[in-house]
Amino acid sequence: MPDYAWPDAQHRTLIGARVTRVDAPVKVSGQAKYTYDVHRPGMLYGKVLRSPYAHAKVVSIDTSAAEKMPGVKAIHIVQGPGSTIHWAGDDIVAVAAVDEPTAEDAVRAIKVKFQQLPHLVSDAEPPKGSAQEEGPLSIDAIDDMLDNQVPANQMVSTIQRDGLIKKASDEDLNMLKADGATDAVLEAIRSATLHPEASAKPPSNYQKAAAQTVGDPDKAFAEADAVSEGMYGIPVITHCCLESHGSISEWTDHEHLFTHISTQNVSGIPGQMAEPLKIPATNIRVHQDNIGGGFGSKFSPDRWGIFTAEVSRKAGGKPVRIMLERDTELKVAGARPSAYARVKVAAKNDGTLVAWQSSSWGTGGPGGGGMPPIPYVFRVPNQRQEHTAIRNNIGPARAWRAPNHPQAAVLTMCALDDLAAKLNLDPVEFFGRNLNLTQQREHTYREELSIASELMGWKQKWHPRGQNASGDTARGVGLSFHTWGGRGHASDCDLTIHPDGSVELKMGSQDLGTGTRTCILMVAADTLGIPMDAIQLQIGDTTYPPSGGSGGSTTIGGVTSSTRRASVDARDAVFAKVAPALNVQSDQLECVNGKVMVKGDSSRFLSWKEACSKLAVMPVTMRGKNPDKNKPPDLTNSGVGGVQMAEVEVDTDTGIVKVKKMVAVQDCGLVIDLKTAESQCHGALIMGISYSLFEEKVMDPVTGRMLNADMEFYRLAGLNDIPELVVHMMTGKGYDERGVIGLGEPPVISPGAAISNAVANAIGVRVPFLPLTPDRVLTALEQKAGA
Amino acid sequence: MRPFEYLSPNTRTQAISLLGSTWGSSEILAGGTDLLALMKDDILAPKRLINIKDIKDLRGVSSDPQGIRLGALTTLGDLADDESVKKNYPALAEALGEAASPQIRNLATLGGNLCQRPRCWYFRNGLGLLPIDEAGKELVSEGENRYHAILGNEGPAKFVSPSTIVPILVAYGAKIRLQGLNGKRELPLERFYVTPKKEGEREHDLRPNEMVTEVMVPAATNVKAAHYEIRQKAAFDWPLALAGVALKMRDSKVESARIVLGYVAPVPWPSPEAEKALVGQPINKETAQKAAAAALANAKPLSHNAYKVKLARVAVTRAIMKAASGGAA
Repeated sequence: MPDYAWPDAQHRTLIGARVTRVDAPVKVSGQAKYTYDVHRPGMLYGKVLRSPYAHAKVVSIDTSAAEKMPGVKAIHIVQGPGSTIHWAGDDIVAVAAVDEPTAEDAVRAIKVKFQQLPHLVSDAEPPKGSAQEEGPLSIDAIDDMLDNQVPANQMVSTIQRDGLIKKASDEDLNMLKADGATDAVLEAIRSATLHPEASAKPPSNYQKAAAQTVGDPDKAFAEADAVSEGMYGIPVITHCCLESHGSISEWTDHEHLFTHISTQNVSGIPGQMAEPLKIPATNIRVHQDNIGGGFGSKFSPDRWGIFTAEVSRKAGGKPVRIMLERDTELKVAGARPSAYARVKVAAKNDGTLVAWQSSSWGTGGPGGGGMPPIPYVFRVPNQRQEHTAIRNNIGPARAWRAPNHPQAAVLTMCALDDLAAKLNLDPVEFFGRNLNLTQQREHTYREELSIASELMGWKQKWHPRGQNASGDTARGVGLSFHTWGGRGHASDCDLTIHPDGSVELKMGSQDLGTGTRTCILMVAADTLGIPMDAIQLQIGDTTYPPSGGSGGSTTIGGVTSSTRRASVDARDAVFAKVAPALNVQSDQLECVNGKVMVKGDSSRFLSWKEACSKLAVMPVTMRGKNPDKNKPPDLTNSGVGGVQMAEVEVDTDTGIVKVKKMVAVQDCGLVIDLKTAESQCHGALIMGISYSLFEEKVMDPVTGRMLNADMEFYRLAGLNDIPELVVHMMTGKGYDERGVIGLGEPPVISPGAAISNAVANAIGVRVPFLPLTPDRVLTALEQKAGA
Repeated sequence: MRPFEYLSPNTRTQAISLLGSTWGSSEILAGGTDLLALMKDDILAPKRLINIKDIKDLRGVSSDPQGIRLGALTTLGDLADDESVKKNYPALAEALGEAASPQIRNLATLGGNLCQRPRCWYFRNGLGLLPIDEAGKELVSEGENRYHAILGNEGPAKFVSPSTIVPILVAYGAKIRLQGLNGKRELPLERFYVTPKKEGEREHDLRPNEMVTEVMVPAATNVKAAHYEIRQKAAFDWPLALAGVALKMRDSKVESARIVLGYVAPVPWPSPEAEKALVGQPINKETAQKAAAAALANAKPLSHNAYKVKLARVAVTRAIMKAASGGAA
């Protein structure tokens, strides 16, 4: 059995080194092509008529004037009369024309009558008694879920939990199927419990989830030495991808589609487009070279990806380009759900945590949304949680880099930090005392906490709350902990060695800008003993072996595992041909420095080229897979911990917060490329500073529209807002042997809590909600002064 | 963006003759950093654009002992780098250097900055400058007004005047020169700004067939001036409040003062109350705070912007203190 295991530190040439990303030159020189840059011959431009209302029914659509306009090539009604619209900016009619102005004119010439319905765009604390318990569903309610793009698995569990008011007719099922219900959803409807006695749930914006209790929280609170109560929260923010969502689709014949799409999920797109387009997935080719940001919002072709293809079909197959405009991108292409909570938490005098109670709420748009995993990281022995999901009309939520974790970190770490302050304990000491509650990550957290404290200079910088101010400047430090899974996803690749020594590797993966290309090449080159630039890597196309979507920090573990297995097998195929020439058994050979040589005898070797020439005329191609039980060991793993610290300076007259320094200490098992790993953390810290200080989806209560769907008032941190960033990756013994684990998500989880805690430490009072804007900071200071 | 006619005259007279007599039909294109964005968002849809970048005598800076002439077509970047601006009007140079981003400063012109449309998010979303809904509800009062006016907001206009350099120009005593079909006129810069009372009215006293040609700033000898801006982001962000201050001192006391607030009202907001509070006083934190309190005494915050009253007071206080300690000089 070949040895697929990761080589140990003495036998690696590239893995674990600090390697500059291979796509840096094409990106910094502007040569890298993104979907947004694709221009196909004869391409038409698509534009979309969108709902100006947050909640409305489509009454009628008149496209006759637009149809007569010269240059208009296709008009496609996306949501026809009778459809209910649940957010402003939702797609109604798509148009393709010879140029953008003509398409815009055509959109303006279409007359749509809407009947406005009452909307809710607030995610303020639910009024008392407003939340309703679960109840059986109507077919309409299920159809609404489809309209609202509620994920299929969530729909299935809701249907299984709540049951139906009446049996679904074949007509109902066909209608739901036409509206996009998956087979699993239809099956859940068929087998749902029926409650004919119940009447349909009256529509409510507030849905209470069942309360959860662990241990005996009442007793624990009663016996605790200190109890801290507070309110904490983190708003809805948008993904704000710098390359907006969209695609360019064309029909190469009447049943074959070719689409360029900005996606995190190249291999997974055909399967999602096949059914709505009524063609086999085999007939859909997807291509993407580079992507300008996804952050969890680009796994699906989206409704606009489907109708771009439909519009192209109506236009005789001509390429049609629909990329979202900036405002639409911010309005409809994804948002991170909000989370707010009233938290009560208790400890003994020495800081030992004993009880947690939270009443939380938040919105993920029309779908409502779930409770973040609180208390986070620290498994407090006695707990009670209740949560109310707010269904409203702000637009749909999507996975945002570490779904639910940044929310959980803010709600938990801020509440615990307030408790530490109440006990007059240094947070490092307080959290350190409770690390046993983190269970399997305890040792890692302990090491990371100590390294982070050292790198921050915590001992010198930490003062009790509000006691490090001079004049109108207050300084403070704060910290937070986080965790994530990150096991490698399913990944296939083909590695081919040609008789002339050239090597190519094909994989249907994508590089989100995280260094995926670089890491694949490092693993293959390290295994074959040849330079990275001697390998031609092809990714981003469905003609290559399928590899999973890049989400959940699963890519690095998946692609490096499949690459390692393919590389070992292909190398061994060369060894089998070379062994007779060097007169040894093939297991006595190794690849080092461009040579295939006899282990322990550097005088007996063939150059890589000579060795490959032994393949005669036929290249050798090996398929690598992950997971692959037949080719042990498991090369990837799950579960990481991280500690972050922030240092801030607050102008107490203006409420302006400046982050002065961030420290991130992070493990992720075996690090393939130390440099791009550190880059991931840098990027996460920048994104974290941005959402801590600036980002917020601002909705107008009267019109129901998003007001800051631009990059003036949807603020992102700029260069001058980014301080010294210190990143330390945990490597070596205890980490390397765990295998490769994902890193994309974990470092973005803690900045919100760490920065909020630093601000509380600086000004002596909690600013309850992110972002930490001047108005909020000043309000907190006034309340402190008044208290 | 809708189709438009593009004209590129070489002289002021040609340009003026091409302007229409009503708003909306034609617009002047200089740097385009505001206009083109408004056109792309379909907030403005002029049928004719008059490019004035080929009119050479609108560009450049010249000075004499009486003061300095700033051509309307000079870019913010060129003005910020101009030696005489830096030497004689350091607070103006600082305000210019803090405006927008280097890329925008390299294109945006002085005239365009003075005529820039408000950044109010209701206006920029196509809901109007004095936005109301079908039922006549005032959207700003009822809605998200965290960045809106705290002074001069009694009427339907609740937006804030967008220029970050006008307050310090007004403090320096700048005058604006306009040229139209009926000849030239000059007025104090603060008088160029008006508060619209009806939708469709503009926030400048520029007539549709007029153009801004230059700004004259009197000599600032023995003037202590400062510009102070409170922004959330360190750069490339609209301020939450700002103040421009120009002081003339006699011995250690203030002989005369010009104190102008920005981002607090639909117009740049000179504060005679603050000026009065400061004249005859020595400058220290206490007198500066008293002047700031006087400037904001009549502030009437909307539902979500009371914090701006505090910020505006801090901006005035800090601008006065900065001016007294030598300012940007």
